[in-house]
Amino acid sequence: MSAPAPAPVDVLAAERPPAFRRLLKRPEIGALIAAVAVFLVFSAVADSFLRTSSFGTVLYAASTIGIMAVPVSLLMIAGEFDLSAGVLVTTAALISSMVSYQLTAVTWVGVLVSLLVVLAVSAFNGWMLSRTRLPSFIVTLGTFLMLTGANLGVTKLVTGTVTTKPISDMEGFAACRWLFASEVTVGGLTVKATVWWWLALLLAGSWVLLRTSFGNWIFAVGGDAAAARAVGVPVARTRTVLYLGVGFCAWVLGQHLLFSFDTVQSGEGVGNELIYIVAAVIGGCLITGGYGSVAGSALGALIFGMTSKGIVYAEWNPDWFKFFLGAMLLLAALLNAWVRRRVERGTGR
Amino acid sequence: MTGRELLALTAVGKTYGSVRALQDVSLTLREGEISCVLGDNGAGKSTLIKIIAGLHQHDEGSYTIAGEEVRLGSPRQALDRGIATVYQDLAVVPLMPVWRNFFLGSERGRFRLDTAAMRATTREALLRMGIDLHDVDQPIGTLSGGQRQCVAIARAVHFGAKVLILDEPTAALGVKQSGVVLKYVTAARDAGLGVVLITHNPHHAYLVGDHFTLLKRGRMAGSHPRAEIGLEQLTTEMAGGSDLAELSHELARTDPKERPPQ
Repeated sequence: MSAPAPAPVDVLAAERPPAFRRLLKRPEIGALIAAVAVFLVFSAVADSFLRTSSFGTVLYAASTIGIMAVPVSLLMIAGEFDLSAGVLVTTAALISSMVSYQLTAVTWVGVLVSLLVVLAVSAFNGWMLSRTRLPSFIVTLGTFLMLTGANLGVTKLVTGTVTTKPISDMEGFAACRWLFASEVTVGGLTVKATVWWWLALLLAGSWVLLRTSFGNWIFAVGGDAAAARAVGVPVARTRTVLYLGVGFCAWVLGQHLLFSFDTVQSGEGVGNELIYIVAAVIGGCLITGGYGSVAGSALGALIFGMTSKGIVYAEWNPDWFKFFLGAMLLLAALLNAWVRRRVERGTGR
Repeated sequence: MTGRELLALTAVGKTYGSVRALQDVSLTLREGEISCVLGDNGAGKSTLIKIIAGLHQHDEGSYTIAGEEVRLGSPRQALDRGIATVYQDLAVVPLMPVWRNFFLGSERGRFRLDTAAMRATTREALLRMGIDLHDVDQPIGTLSGGQRQCVAIARAVHFGAKVLILDEPTAALGVKQSGVVLKYVTAARDAGLGVVLITHNPHHAYLVGDHFTLLKRGRMAGSHPRAEIGLEQLTTEMAGGSDLAELSHELARTDPKERPPQ
């Protein structure tokens, strides 16, 4: 009896794992579980949480974080931070308001100038990063502090106070308001314009990450920049484009704030950059890069929205919100790490 | 040698500031040939690959690809001329799925990736190299070191590389894994590629090599076709040749004296 000749192939792994295991492998699974848990908790403790009107409020709160969490999570997957993201939103609103007011121009002029300036700041972040090779934490900490100071300084210089002048009587305001700050009410559910912007950015961001060559480069740059460069990926350009994405989204949110509230407080935005990062991490982004999802950042933003408004509906002291958010971050990060370890042990060799 | 000449370095040199990393090194590579570059740490092996792969530019001598003199400015330019490099530790991005790694930098469909075709192509290309991988969605980091090298080699072959540069492909691997990788190196050669194999292991080099270039402190210490050199001589030259003889003499003299009494 002779043994059959061995096949001339090396079998490296078993068949594709079943659908349930594949689901567990997704980066946003931890955020999904956490979001459902938060929803159940507030549904149980606060009667008004389940009302349709509350739903609109929660969605609005989530969208103002979610719009920024999209580019911040993409940037984090590429292995970088942008600590200037929070104050950049305020910068975008201030520039738009002051340019329109000082030039007594159509508000679209301010909106456009604001976009150009914000993109220039983001390009500066990207350029500094690739030129100096300093960590992005340091580079954007620098721009964060500079912008914080400039927001206050320039506003005081121009208006004499820390607040911009109202521009609601200016030409173009109504149209800009429609684009950035309108709301539609359908059957008691009020949906603000930011929600549509959020959804559009979410779909665009997810598509870019998962279905374009640029998305492949984002994963690679964060996972191993040297390996990416060796196969011809333009590493510096990838990073700079992602910073420009942060700038664009900061501009969208900044215009919303301006056309929603008419005036802008120049000290706003400090600390929000950390909330965007929290949303991205809860959503399953690995803080060292190379892994994560855009959809997860939306779940992170939803958790933020549900928690911040749920605490009010439950009539708890809102002081506890930050405590709750911090605990949430730790839990989600631990859950993500645990799930990933389990799955990798399952298929690894 | 019957194959066409793929690339040739003639008296190439490279200086970093005041350090002469490489001096007067020549090397020719033809189709279907495996040319091994051997040398100790700091002998100039990595400088040599970086010049060939387009990461650095040479200061002296000439570098021709298919007879045309070149001065490469980026890895992309080298890739476009059919020169693919597989590095020891940065061949792939560990957290990314196998199929994303396979197509990295050469994706199909710029704004709309054809993911189904990319997965299928990855599976087929690996099978053609003799690797049967059912789940191309697993992170490539879950494969062993040797398997990762094999995927990187299969990728270079698939994307039409004419020259394959391998940087210490077996350095971090066990005996069995090294054998698997060397098998794929010969598979690439049989597919008509020219291979430059950088290593400090003369045994692995002698198993597959057609030509051997020895580097020592940035200079060429020897260049032999396979017919002119045996494994023993290669091992001796690689191990340091006259330096080793001197060392063994010193050790033999001092050893008995230094040994503590039993």
